[in-house]
Amino acid sequence: MKRVNFALTSLAAASLLVGMYSCKPKSAAIASGADGASKAYVAPGKYDEFYNFVSGGFSGQMSVYGLPSGRLLRVIPVFSVDPEKGWGYSEETKPMLNTSHGFVPWDDLHHVQVSQTNGELDGRWAFGNANNTPRVARIDLNTFRTAEILELPNSAGNHSSPFITENTEYVVAGTRFSVPMDDADGDVPIDSYKQNFKGTVSFISVNKDNGNMDIAFQLLCPGVNFDLSHAGKGKSHGWFFFSCYNTEQANTLLEVNASKNDKDFIMAVNWKLAEQLVKDGKGKQQAVRYASNRYDDKNHAATSTIKTSVTVIDTKDHPGLVYMMPCPKSPHGCDVDPTGEFIVGSGKLAALIPVFSFDKMMKAIEAKDFEGDYAGIPVLKYASVLHGEVQKPGLGPLHTEFDGKGNAYTSMFVSSEVVKWNIQDLKVLDRVPTYYSVGHLMIPGGDSRKPYGKYLVAYNKITKDRYLPTGPELSQSAQLYDISGDKMQLILDFPTIGEPHYAQAAPADLIKGNSVKFFKIDENNHPYVSKGEATTKVWREGNKVHVNMTMIRSHLTPDNIEGIKVGDEVLFHITNIEQDWDIPHGFAIKGANNAELLIMPGETTTLKWNPDRVGIFPMYCTDFCSALHQEMQGYIRVSPASSNVPIKYYTGQEPGAASASK
Amino acid sequence: MKKLLSFLVIAATLYACGGPSEADKQSESSTAATKELTPEGNPTYDPKRGEGKFTDVAISDKLDAAMAKSGEKVYTVKCAGCHKLTDENLVGPGWKGVTLRHTPEWIMNFSTNTDEMLDKDPKAQAQLEICLVRMPNQNLTDDDARNVYEFMRENDGVK
Repeated sequence: MKRVNFALTSLAAASLLVGMYSCKPKSAAIASGADGASKAYVAPGKYDEFYNFVSGGFSGQMSVYGLPSGRLLRVIPVFSVDPEKGWGYSEETKPMLNTSHGFVPWDDLHHVQVSQTNGELDGRWAFGNANNTPRVARIDLNTFRTAEILELPNSAGNHSSPFITENTEYVVAGTRFSVPMDDADGDVPIDSYKQNFKGTVSFISVNKDNGNMDIAFQLLCPGVNFDLSHAGKGKSHGWFFFSCYNTEQANTLLEVNASKNDKDFIMAVNWKLAEQLVKDGKGKQQAVRYASNRYDDKNHAATSTIKTSVTVIDTKDHPGLVYMMPCPKSPHGCDVDPTGEFIVGSGKLAALIPVFSFDKMMKAIEAKDFEGDYAGIPVLKYASVLHGEVQKPGLGPLHTEFDGKGNAYTSMFVSSEVVKWNIQDLKVLDRVPTYYSVGHLMIPGGDSRKPYGKYLVAYNKITKDRYLPTGPELSQSAQLYDISGDKMQLILDFPTIGEPHYAQAAPADLIKGNSVKFFKIDENNHPYVSKGEATTKVWREGNKVHVNMTMIRSHLTPDNIEGIKVGDEVLFHITNIEQDWDIPHGFAIKGANNAELLIMPGETTTLKWNPDRVGIFPMYCTDFCSALHQEMQGYIRVSPASSNVPIKYYTGQEPGAASASK
Repeated sequence: MKKLLSFLVIAATLYACGGPSEADKQSESSTAATKELTPEGNPTYDPKRGEGKFTDVAISDKLDAAMAKSGEKVYTVKCAGCHKLTDENLVGPGWKGVTLRHTPEWIMNFSTNTDEMLDKDPKAQAQLEICLVRMPNQNLTDDDARNVYEFMRENDGVK
């Protein structure tokens, strides 16, 4: 018995060891890099540590992922219509996509910025840029909806945007394409670029209470391509840095003609001085046309206003406002480290990464250490402003992010890798491959004063063989790296919506507690709201018929409507009178030419419908809401244009009942 | 012997994994709580009162007409879509007689703590089997809930 007991005890000890090893795989496995799955694993029902806001590129939208799991949480419609959410289809959201060119249903969103206070992420808003028809959007991170879209006059290809100053005082927008200004005669030969084409950089003020955006001023600049930008921070707060290429001012075959100069520029803008110049009345009012679109969460509707004037300051007329720093060669990324001292220009055709020093720049400005001027703008001497160069970092440097521990991480498009280097001594510390052709990089808070240097995500342009093939068209991909140790470690790979360019991530704790769960019906100020079924009605206004309808599990009120005629314009103003989280209702009617609706609890949304023929038309709830969802339906009778069928509507009454037609 | 062996293995595994998770502990303790008895010897979960913040609602013999009026306003916006004032079922049961069937605490807890009550309360669950639509939490304030109760009393003939 004793011996047996001993054997059992040994067995128990052995299973104890096995158990410990299998449940706590923390040493050997990490070293071997085989624990990627566990690092990215977020158990079912558990929350991610970070929200990741990712640009959708040519999709025009912004997607939200959880990190480290890579779960897709939401696609926020911004610059493109989105049938899933009725964005751009409901009458209330159509004005959001209005521009001076009319309704633009699809654009190209490249870069994302999360608002900051004191240079740190504050989680209030996310900004995105429309690259094609130049606009900037503000997304409210309480509702995860686009709250505002502002068009930019005097602009073409809004690429150098929507980068922000450290208290979100301004969002900038720099033109990629230089063009003749809006108030000039634009009917000029294209090869008159050097005479007639100008670049602008817009500073958009952000109201710190409600976030509303207005163009504070535009800086008129030489005709070049502005590419990317970042604000100074800390000691360099008050300055903004823009990378410029095509300083050759080519208008055709740019891949050759804009790649001739050995150095282009990082343009440094003293925006505090610009602010002062505007205050002193030095700006010129220019007649332009641009749309300012705002969504109101109480009216549940957007309004689009066309504005007609903008303040412009000509940079060459104001010494001290703008300086050029020579930068090899066709710089793309323009990134400022967390201290605000170092400005990294990524010359995409250069075999090195130049790092500029803010202190040296200020000294050089003071000493007027210029090598000449470019279209009237002083050009500082390269050697005087350079902190140093990262030698042989890889091929095709594009973008740099920071971990807050003195390291920088640069994406290498041509050599498909991420390179980690030390900002002070410029030595390369580590490199990892990406799959494939990485564009932007993102560390949570990695362009702010307070990076969360735990993860890095690489957003790749080419996916090829990474996932099961889906024909010629593949999703793009993102790759998540653990950067908490000395060596970067790839831990997850996930597909993205559209093409991811820049992205941001913020700790979930900054945002999740503010998330709106439903809209309070008491605060609903929509002009056609139905606060309860008793207030629903169908009423005619000429050939317009308004249907003030409610939805609640599981019926429409009214659900039988007669007296509609061919040629009428029917406006369904539908109020979801539920007051609980995650109980949306949908609405669809046969033959509707625009779309369906998706209505959040407490919200009112309008669908326009033009009945085109006589008959009975079904309508129903499209979002599975309850066990009786399939019963949530109704009918509309459409009569000939000449008919005398009166308006009549009811729910739950037999036709002809006295109370039916109200 | 066999028992001892399995006990040892279980103990070893438990120990190695650091014991039950937080979640397990929580569910254990909540199960334990429901088994606790009050000094009267009843379970602490009182099906007459339901689950929620209302434990003792003072009700006067007479109707408070102002409260009932406020309650009616809430009813029109948030409740009338599903509840008639007669005894006829719509989505949910008609309200005629509801104050005679349930205590004020039960009604106010159900209207403010709907999900937990539907998950736990036998009467709420029995009603769900009939209606098959989970009552939505319409996010009534405490005052709303009390006023709606007064409106229900008015509907049940209290003057």
